[in-house]
Amino acid sequence: MASFTLKINGKTHTVEADPSMPLLWAIRDQVGLTGTKYGCGIAQCGACTVHLNGNPIRSCSMPIKAVAGKDITTIEGLSENNSHPVQQAWIKEQVPQCGYCQSGQIMAAAALLKRNPKPTDKDIDTAMNGHICRCGTYVRIRKAIKTASQMA
Amino acid sequence: MTGAALSLGFYFPANGKEIEIIKTESAENLGIELNAWISIDASGKVTITNHRAEMGQGSFQSVPQIVAEELEVNLNEVNIIFAQGNREKYGSQITGGSSTIRGSYKKLLHLSATAREMLIEAAAGKWNANKSECYAENGMVVHKPSGKKLSYGELVADASKLTPPKQVELKNPKYYKIIRKPLPRQDTPLKTNGTAVFGIDKKLPGMMYAVVERSPRFEGKVKSFDDSETKKVQGVTHVFKTQRLVFGHLYEGVAVVANSTWAAMQGRKVLKVEWDDSGFDHHSTGQLYEKMKDQLQKGNLISYKTQGSFPDAFQKAEKKLEALYETPYESHSCMEPLNCIADVKEDSCEIWGPMQGPDWIQSVAAEALKLPPSKIKVNMTFLGGGFGRKAFTDYPYEAVMISKEIKAPVQVVWTREDDMTGGPFRPGMVYQCKGGVSGGRIAAFETRMAGQNMDVQNPGADRSTYNSDVVEGFLEPYFKSIPHYTFGDSPLESVIPVMWWRSVYSSTNGFALESFIDELALAADKDPLSFRRQHLNNPRYQDLIDKLEAVSNWKAREKNSGWGVAITECFGSIVGEVVKVSKNAEGKLKIEKVWAVMDCGWYVNPNIIAAQVEGSIVMALGAATKHATHFADGKAVEKNFDAYKMPRIADIPEIEVHVMDNEEKAGGVGEPGLPPFTPALTNAIFDLTGKRIRVLPFDMNEL
Repeated sequence: MASFTLKINGKTHTVEADPSMPLLWAIRDQVGLTGTKYGCGIAQCGACTVHLNGNPIRSCSMPIKAVAGKDITTIEGLSENNSHPVQQAWIKEQVPQCGYCQSGQIMAAAALLKRNPKPTDKDIDTAMNGHICRCGTYVRIRKAIKTASQMA
Repeated sequence: MTGAALSLGFYFPANGKEIEIIKTESAENLGIELNAWISIDASGKVTITNHRAEMGQGSFQSVPQIVAEELEVNLNEVNIIFAQGNREKYGSQITGGSSTIRGSYKKLLHLSATAREMLIEAAAGKWNANKSECYAENGMVVHKPSGKKLSYGELVADASKLTPPKQVELKNPKYYKIIRKPLPRQDTPLKTNGTAVFGIDKKLPGMMYAVVERSPRFEGKVKSFDDSETKKVQGVTHVFKTQRLVFGHLYEGVAVVANSTWAAMQGRKVLKVEWDDSGFDHHSTGQLYEKMKDQLQKGNLISYKTQGSFPDAFQKAEKKLEALYETPYESHSCMEPLNCIADVKEDSCEIWGPMQGPDWIQSVAAEALKLPPSKIKVNMTFLGGGFGRKAFTDYPYEAVMISKEIKAPVQVVWTREDDMTGGPFRPGMVYQCKGGVSGGRIAAFETRMAGQNMDVQNPGADRSTYNSDVVEGFLEPYFKSIPHYTFGDSPLESVIPVMWWRSVYSSTNGFALESFIDELALAADKDPLSFRRQHLNNPRYQDLIDKLEAVSNWKAREKNSGWGVAITECFGSIVGEVVKVSKNAEGKLKIEKVWAVMDCGWYVNPNIIAAQVEGSIVMALGAATKHATHFADGKAVEKNFDAYKMPRIADIPEIEVHVMDNEEKAGGVGEPGLPPFTPALTNAIFDLTGKRIRVLPFDMNEL
């Protein structure tokens, strides 16, 4: 066990944890932000995606010791009130069904649009192919990314 | 309910009469069991208790949309809460068979119209006016001659003293303002900012976390375990043998309880368990399919449905066809892995979790704890997917057992590997189809299905009865237009637990039946859509075919692409799909587009229907071309998404969904879009390549 300082959504949290514990479990069980989801534990589904210094990472496979002191953003920190263009586009296009994978999808889409404000279909495929949606909302995810790219 | 409120619910009189609507307060006094109810408080706020699960299919939106229409309130002012699991109070709550709307829309319309009429009557009383001069609009009652208005909140105290009217007039659908409109879902904003609470997100004060090392072979028993390393992991508090109930069998495992999910997982990694795997078969996929084919060959068949004389008609047919189709075992793999919280006390128990059947869980927990059902509180959360798996009660049973042992609230989390390998699975199936064509029509048709029967898994279940679900998915008019047919099944015995998987038997029957219809059309030298039209002589089906033909521009299809069609019937709805495939410059197969026409009769929200059909097509695509669960030496092979490959965004074609407008009774929405996709796809591939696919899954890149 060791003590780590995590900067999540602009706030500082101190957690006691095994250094190899993935960031996901610190975020969910210790900091108590449950919007970030456990899906597979092996970086195959994308449900646990958060931003590390603005880049999308799989928090289920990122040991806590590697992220101490760095800027972490979770779905809860993307906007105060669902106002991020990606969130707005997700609402407009009625993307979620069960909604479980959507935090990860939204974080990936937000990171994509930040570095590439006008992504092509191919860019969307590349950025989003690591994310599984068992409800099959993919058609709407693609549409919503295009909608968000026009909003921003 | 406290304070002034108008609170109504419906119940089913025991004598089989029509449903009756009564006030919940009188129901409590009379000891009557009520179904879902509406209440309006003195501030005018409307609350609907939704007795069904929300797993993505949209009950959270479509139930309020029905209520708001007849109650004449603004949809955004309707608050919806999940009911607790309680069969005494709500009747069946099992959310399966695409049953929420089709099973309750008439009752919900009546209930809402009844409340509206009572509010109007209360207003008329206050104004000393004739009720016919008053109408309801936007949460208010208006007196037409004077223009006076009273809000529902001002009327509930008076309305609650009235007797519900026996008869109310329902709106003509053509005047609907809310129903049949593509209104945005109320739960969407909760699902874009991380605030929706799924089972796995629920926390209780003092809650412990548990994972379970379960027997990798289904009926394996714990012979012994060594927890010396486990106990050294910081945070681990308890390690003990535990059980869960699966179709009458107690499956065993060793629970590791800790103060965090991660600590419990770490403790489990160093746990050593020795299993006793004797006394049951250790099946492998190859053996299972050999056995099924062998049974079909030997004709070990239970006959279900027969008309005319198939053997004679087949013998005399101008052209005869035979084909064998195989579909794999599948895992549900909801994105939210199984999990459940239980808090067992001396004389009560409370449960939280993602569940499709909270009332079943209440019964199972009551029995396990030897407590009356009234002492078991079951709380529903949002479900991160269900697809049939979360209708099963084994995971709450296990959580209850673990909480009982540690005497504290505990959340049991299944890892992805646990979820994917533990079952129950969609059963693998083999279909033997035979058919004869004469004069361009089907003269004889036979389907024999071999596979596990989901209904006879409990010890002592009657295994001599047929599986009537062999005809699930098949279109009703075929039974009139095909003069000689026979359907039957040959049940497979296996220790593998099996369970409903989105659209259930239709998900596999549809592939066999609609592929074979296509093969018969070819034998008859007919266009596949015209061939179906010719055999589906019923206006409702003809309308659907017309629509499908028009939207897909079927008649003008290009020669350098492959086109396939399939139409199936599932849970009261008919869905037709057309798939267009092509080959790119490198010769790789690509799905260009899917057109779907859904006829679910009376419907609520066309955008939710479109979403459900899109999702059903994607799920079918996965089971057709990406994933399957195999077994080797009695264990499931695919453990996580690296091996059990899912469709991803780059695999998804354009999908266009149309909803038929008619006044037929409401059918299901969440599942019926799934069965026709796979046969439409493989029929399209045949059209392009001449290659007939009869075994699933297949790899699109290897054709």
